[in-house]
Amino acid sequence: MAKEIERAGIPVAHVCSIITISQTVGANRIVPSVAIPHPLGNPKLPAAEEQELRQNLLKKALDALQTPIEEQTVFS
Amino acid sequence: MSYAKPKEGVQPVTHQWNKITVSDLGFSSPTRLEGGKLFIHIEELTSLLQSDPNIVDVKLAIARPGESVRIIPVKDVIEPRMSLIPDYPVFPGVLSAWDPDANGILSGEIVSLSGMVVTTVGSIVGFQEGLIDMSGPGARYSLFSRKHHLVLDITVKKGTDRHEHEKTVRMAGFKASDYIARSVLNHPLPAGSRETLINPEYPGSPGSPKSAGRSGLPRIAYLYMLQTQGLLHDTYYCGVDVKTMLPRRIVPTEVLFGAIVSGNCVSACDKNTTYHQQNNPIILELLRRHGTDWDFAGCVITNENVTLGDKQRSSTLAAELIASLSPDGVIVSKEGFGNPDADLMMNCSKIETHGIKTVLLTDEFAGQDGASQSLTDTHPKADAIVSTGNANEVVVLPPLEKVIGDDRVITELAGGSSKCLLPDGSVAIELQALIGSTNQLGFERISSRMK
Amino acid sequence: MTEASRNKKYRIVHYVNQFFGGVGGEEKADIEAFTIQGPQGPGRLFEKLFREENADVEIVATVVCGDSYFADNQENVLRDQIPVIRGYHPDLVVAGPAFNAGRYGMACGAICQALEPLGIPAITAMYKENPGLDQYRKAVLIVESASTVSGMDDAVRKMVRLGVKRLRGEKIESPKAEGCFEQGIRQNYFHEEPAYRRALDMLLRKISGEPFETEYPIPFFDRVEPQPALTDLKGVTIALVTSGGIVPTGNPDHIESSSASKYGKYSLEGLTTLKTKTHQSAHGGYDNTYANEDPNRVLPIDMMRKLEKAMGFKVHPWYYATVGNGTSVDNAQKFAKEIAVELIRDGVQAVILTST
Repeated sequence: MAKEIERAGIPVAHVCSIITISQTVGANRIVPSVAIPHPLGNPKLPAAEEQELRQNLLKKALDALQTPIEEQTVFS
Repeated sequence: MSYAKPKEGVQPVTHQWNKITVSDLGFSSPTRLEGGKLFIHIEELTSLLQSDPNIVDVKLAIARPGESVRIIPVKDVIEPRMSLIPDYPVFPGVLSAWDPDANGILSGEIVSLSGMVVTTVGSIVGFQEGLIDMSGPGARYSLFSRKHHLVLDITVKKGTDRHEHEKTVRMAGFKASDYIARSVLNHPLPAGSRETLINPEYPGSPGSPKSAGRSGLPRIAYLYMLQTQGLLHDTYYCGVDVKTMLPRRIVPTEVLFGAIVSGNCVSACDKNTTYHQQNNPIILELLRRHGTDWDFAGCVITNENVTLGDKQRSSTLAAELIASLSPDGVIVSKEGFGNPDADLMMNCSKIETHGIKTVLLTDEFAGQDGASQSLTDTHPKADAIVSTGNANEVVVLPPLEKVIGDDRVITELAGGSSKCLLPDGSVAIELQALIGSTNQLGFERISSRMK
Repeated sequence: MTEASRNKKYRIVHYVNQFFGGVGGEEKADIEAFTIQGPQGPGRLFEKLFREENADVEIVATVVCGDSYFADNQENVLRDQIPVIRGYHPDLVVAGPAFNAGRYGMACGAICQALEPLGIPAITAMYKENPGLDQYRKAVLIVESASTVSGMDDAVRKMVRLGVKRLRGEKIESPKAEGCFEQGIRQNYFHEEPAYRRALDMLLRKISGEPFETEYPIPFFDRVEPQPALTDLKGVTIALVTSGGIVPTGNPDHIESSSASKYGKYSLEGLTTLKTKTHQSAHGGYDNTYANEDPNRVLPIDMMRKLEKAMGFKVHPWYYATVGNGTSVDNAQKFAKEIAVELIRDGVQAVILTST
């Protein structure tokens, strides 16, 4: 999906757990997330820390969208 | 009959497997085998199962090959077996405490009831439980259509959460299977078919040759991937949740004893039920032709995790363990689909990097029209793949006369949809929803090719 | 096959362009479609060769259309001509051969593709570089022909052999063996050997260096050039898209838990967070307990709102969701294309896509 939206002209930050899949299918801006059942969270953390974690992942995604790249890049 | 523990370092772990054929099922007291027909004492079994406070009701039903019966939604399928080895029970670590490494695996005999299975159904827990058709077009796709089923339709206490529900039903299946085996197999037994399976010796284990002996035969190892993605997608080795384990070697015939059991709600088509684990055809073939067509170098089990780091760690370790067996080639089987494709590809590429040849077993998700890419992840080194079929293929299953369980859930199953009910009562459903149809241990003959 | 069906006289309709329809060359490429009773041009060769194969056929009609006219008016031509063809109650439709004529190949493919779902077998032939091949190979059986009309005899012979099989209702298991192009679609079949035995055979071959054939050749995934980065977040509209299946409770669009055939578009207007009560996961491929407990773990609207305020971008008031579980790459591409069209229309400048 990331690739097709990007092909249409919109930059995409792909936040996903298993970045090798994202790399294979061809997303360009890849942000590794936490785990498959909770990509942007961690149920083991207290609520406040979990929200901070989520906010940091989103900041990474927003940074990725503002970073000029030539080729597939993982923003970890 | 039992066999004495072999003197350490004298011979490899050896198991005699005695298969007693069951050709029909019936209900009457006591539970017994008579002329090939297995009778089950309903009250004794149901009261045993209802001793679990989570279970409020158990209905028993029988389904036979060729009958117009649909069993749905199926959670697990189990073959009743009994170990004749003192101190090494079936379902080790599940029905009793057991550490496979404390004293090693003992040689001896195991007896199974072949031709029949215990099948658990009940209200749906995950989305991914499936169906078994005993006749009609659906029966072509699964070995289970050729078995006699004792079906346990289990109702759990209201308010039981999903994980507890899954566990309750899972344990009930093992208990019922164990009860049947003990009730029947404790008595003098009719003659069954017997075979002796001799396990490979691992380098470094007592009595093994100092270096891997070269007999001139190719050395083949097996990497056995187990689905371990979360509480509803789990597999247990000797009672231990495999996602909490690191990859490890096992004595291949441990699977006969139910050392690996399913707690898995992943798509019906390619989850390994406990029956599949008990009868792993790759392990059995490797054992049966060991010393003739190849040297079976050993079996490593590994998991399929939910984080990239865990996937990388497990695949690295699995590849090293495989390499330590110094094989020429490895069979790698996968369980489930989607992100486990990433585990499969990591295992493949890391093993090939050790200079060891791989063949992978996987099913495909190529879309209903077969026009899409089949795997979510690939690797250039994955050049030898055996396909166990496109699970997205739609099959039309006509209505059957009797439903065991509840077929109203059919639209919710993975592979079903709100549109899958046809006006004539048939269902148009993906193979995905048929238990074992694209099994990646390679039980079935279905495959897919480019048209 | 019964005696009766063997002796049956089969009805065939033939589709040709203006050149093979005897109207003229490129200068006549814009003529509208019309029908001739009986065979025309290569139609006579078809009849002769069918009879050599002991199939009693009659070309009952020939539909002729100019290549340019078809290309410019495809929808209308199909709408008008498919009922005409159907009206002849054909047992088979043959189109072409189109050789390397691009517009002709496209027309032949389109005609065949429109007929197959109606239960009318339809076949065509073209050269391997004809653009009609890639467009229609998945849906239509296309015989491989030479690039020019000098290959007419050979192409028609191959079409006739295939046509006879289709007339007799035989299943075409392997198009390649029939002289057709592979359709590029995966088709299930029952192998003689169970998969575990095939795997071991393949491994023995691979170890000994003998040739072996993988049952699934690894495909090539194409790449897309990265889009330029955003220079500033201020005032930029960013949309959330997820393949993690977060939908309003009750799954109003009935997105399948696996092999999704659709996606949903849902409002984020006024939402500062997602709650268990209002949103849930329809995804069947992972343990969705954690996502159901807190849907923000998959669709992070709570923190997006916070960052929206802090950084001055705007969250698009709609999010898109589908289930990535067992969903074909083709479907995912289709969803993404449709979603992208809407996003561009709505002025969205960037997307954060979350996957489980």
